[in-house]
Amino acid sequence: MLGRSAWGIFWMARYLERAENTARLLDAGFRMALTRGNTVASDEWRSVLVTLGMDDGYTGDMSGPAITNWLLRGAGNDGSVLSMMEAARTNARMVRTAITREVWEVTNESWMQLQSLLAKPVKEADLGHVLDVIRRQATSVRGAMEGTMLRNDIFNFARIGTHLERADNTARILDVKYHVLLPSAAWVGSRLDNAQWEMVLRSVAGERAFRWLHAGALDPKGIAQFLILDGRFPRSLTYCLRKLTSNMEWLCRDYHQETAAYLMQKEASDKLGKTTITDIFEHGLHEFITEFLATNRLVADAIAADYRFTE
Amino acid sequence: MPSTTISSYDEMLDAEGNVRPAYAGYREWYEAQSPKWLEKQGKNAEDVFRRTGITFNVYGEDAGQERLIPFDMIPRIITADEWKKLSRGIDQRVRALNAFLHDLYHKREIVKAGKLPERLLAQNEAFLPEMVGFTPPGGVYTHIVGIDLVRTGPDDFMVLEDNARTPSGVSYMLENRETMMAMFPDLFTKVAVQPVSDYPRALARSLAACAPPAAQGSDRPVLAVLTPGIFNSAYYEHAFLADQMGAELVEAGDLRVVDGRVCMRTTRGWRAIDVLYRRVDDNFLDPLTYNPDSMLGVAGIMDVYRSGGITIANAPGTGIADDKAIYSFMPEIVEFYTGEKPILKNVPTWRCSEADALAYVLDHLPELVVKEVHGSGGYGMLIGPTSSKGEIAAFEKKLRANPDNYIAQPTLSLSTVPIFTKAGLAPRHVDLRPFVLVSPHGINITPGGLTRVALKKGSLVVNSSQGGGTKDSWVLAE
Repeated sequence: MLGRSAWGIFWMARYLERAENTARLLDAGFRMALTRGNTVASDEWRSVLVTLGMDDGYTGDMSGPAITNWLLRGAGNDGSVLSMMEAARTNARMVRTAITREVWEVTNESWMQLQSLLAKPVKEADLGHVLDVIRRQATSVRGAMEGTMLRNDIFNFARIGTHLERADNTARILDVKYHVLLPSAAWVGSRLDNAQWEMVLRSVAGERAFRWLHAGALDPKGIAQFLILDGRFPRSLTYCLRKLTSNMEWLCRDYHQETAAYLMQKEASDKLGKTTITDIFEHGLHEFITEFLATNRLVADAIAADYRFTE
Repeated sequence: MPSTTISSYDEMLDAEGNVRPAYAGYREWYEAQSPKWLEKQGKNAEDVFRRTGITFNVYGEDAGQERLIPFDMIPRIITADEWKKLSRGIDQRVRALNAFLHDLYHKREIVKAGKLPERLLAQNEAFLPEMVGFTPPGGVYTHIVGIDLVRTGPDDFMVLEDNARTPSGVSYMLENRETMMAMFPDLFTKVAVQPVSDYPRALARSLAACAPPAAQGSDRPVLAVLTPGIFNSAYYEHAFLADQMGAELVEAGDLRVVDGRVCMRTTRGWRAIDVLYRRVDDNFLDPLTYNPDSMLGVAGIMDVYRSGGITIANAPGTGIADDKAIYSFMPEIVEFYTGEKPILKNVPTWRCSEADALAYVLDHLPELVVKEVHGSGGYGMLIGPTSSKGEIAAFEKKLRANPDNYIAQPTLSLSTVPIFTKAGLAPRHVDLRPFVLVSPHGINITPGGLTRVALKKGSLVVNSSQGGGTKDSWVLAE
């Protein structure tokens, strides 16, 4: 396949994943605003912006409607859900011959639907519906990929994009919220803490899974362990790294060539496999996340070089 | 635009209002459908086109906008007998075009025989000196041709234009049929229509049969489609054809000459391309040879081409054969190379470069169509009967200033085919572009082609860039 196509499908998958993650973050923030006071809510909205790395570019007020509209459809906001869906669709168009008709159609349809849905500012009353649509779209695209695409290098590049982006997203959420998860003397399990933890879980669609695994109990260390190390949870760092490694391994086997990116990734994945949550807290959660994100970036760059994404 | 009053050949109804044989089966089916339901199906079809992304990009005002070419659900129908005669004529014409191109770039017998003035070649930008003395792999110049036909009577098909460079529209031929079969499956069980769906496979086979010397011995030559990119108006078609052929869709940025071959940058390294179906114009193809500012081409591709490292389809320099000044000589060209009388007529054409012709044209502007010699897409032309006095006067100035740049033709009463409107069926003017594949093994003509239809009542301009639509084109089974 063309290096440019690999690049295109990789970014198409990343944009789709990022759009979905943004919607999930918004959903968590929205829920926080509904169930907690205004002060708490505006702090949460700020942290949503920080998580997405968009706090610098935002000049509006810290209210729910202003921020949700900025993140969904803000004019000139390259990171808005609408912009990302458009970018995903442009990439899909560019790699049209690398994806199936069904994947293309569902991506194109999602973009068309979102365009009309987000043509006007979203009212608070409609936000739930809009976020729901975005999540469903992500599910449909994933379903089309899973159900119709050949399991070849093209598919693996798409999965690599998805897993890198997802690992990045979970790590960023942890990074912004790490202080909430630190064992602290002040921790008394207040209503606020409970709300914060729930917010973290909700933003990665993990509240239900966590409840089932932990019989309803919420504790910060358990949440950190769950999001970082639980290989059963599809948005945990361990899960994403394992998948990433296996997608990259597949490429190495198929291409009869072990790449620099793969070796780097495998080392990172193996290391994480031997790490316990106690190790992480002793090392420092924030430091751990910072290193994790840095490795992720290096791997992404190495993949682009190994597989000739650009000249 | 005022409507014309010229009476036209109605392809569905005869003068007494009886349904012609070609439409008998369809009409019977049509009468049994409820208009409301048909209208709904028409809307559904539009949704399908949008969802599928069968759009074209518009240059100019709405730059970046993607638009749909309107699709009309009433098929344009040709009988098997009509088609047989047509395809014989097309076959003859395309054979002549290829022989003509070979001659032009070699011995120029036709000029020596005094059948074609030399100056037409000397001054012509479409003539490429780099092609002189070179024979493309398989001896094929025009791998893909689109012949634009108009009909003026029961047996009168005329060639309006030969598209020998990079004819587009074939994806609409294929998608229109797919859409029709999805909308009206029962219709196709009632009326037997010759299929068009083999076109992409035929194209791939045809291109592979023209593999260059460097690919001799490989049983599956590597094909690629070269597109200017996603902002090109025909990008959808480029992607569609590449996908259907299982070929890579490449852009200039993917290509580079490595070790005497044109290679594409793949995830596994540089890979040589054997046959390049390019959808960029000649002058953008090789910045070393032609336009140095071209971002759409591959530096050095012409050298690789001439040394047998790649096949370029269509061959560079084929544009000379579809030039409108050359067009007027097509009857002589066909006869010269085939030794046969032309089966398909040309539209009578006045070459404004000739003093007598110019004088006639200037006297008759209100009734003529005047076109630029190198123009296309329906731009820069005058349609006398539908133009105001002011428009004609303005055009006359341009014509007098540079007569060599124009040809003129009578305003043809293009045949009509009904379109679906809320008020029922209504006749509209159409043309037809059949698609022709040329390989060393012969000429392949897909039964049917692309019917373009002027949706505005009375309008004679069928170009999609000027408000034209398309129809599914049927050739009935024998």
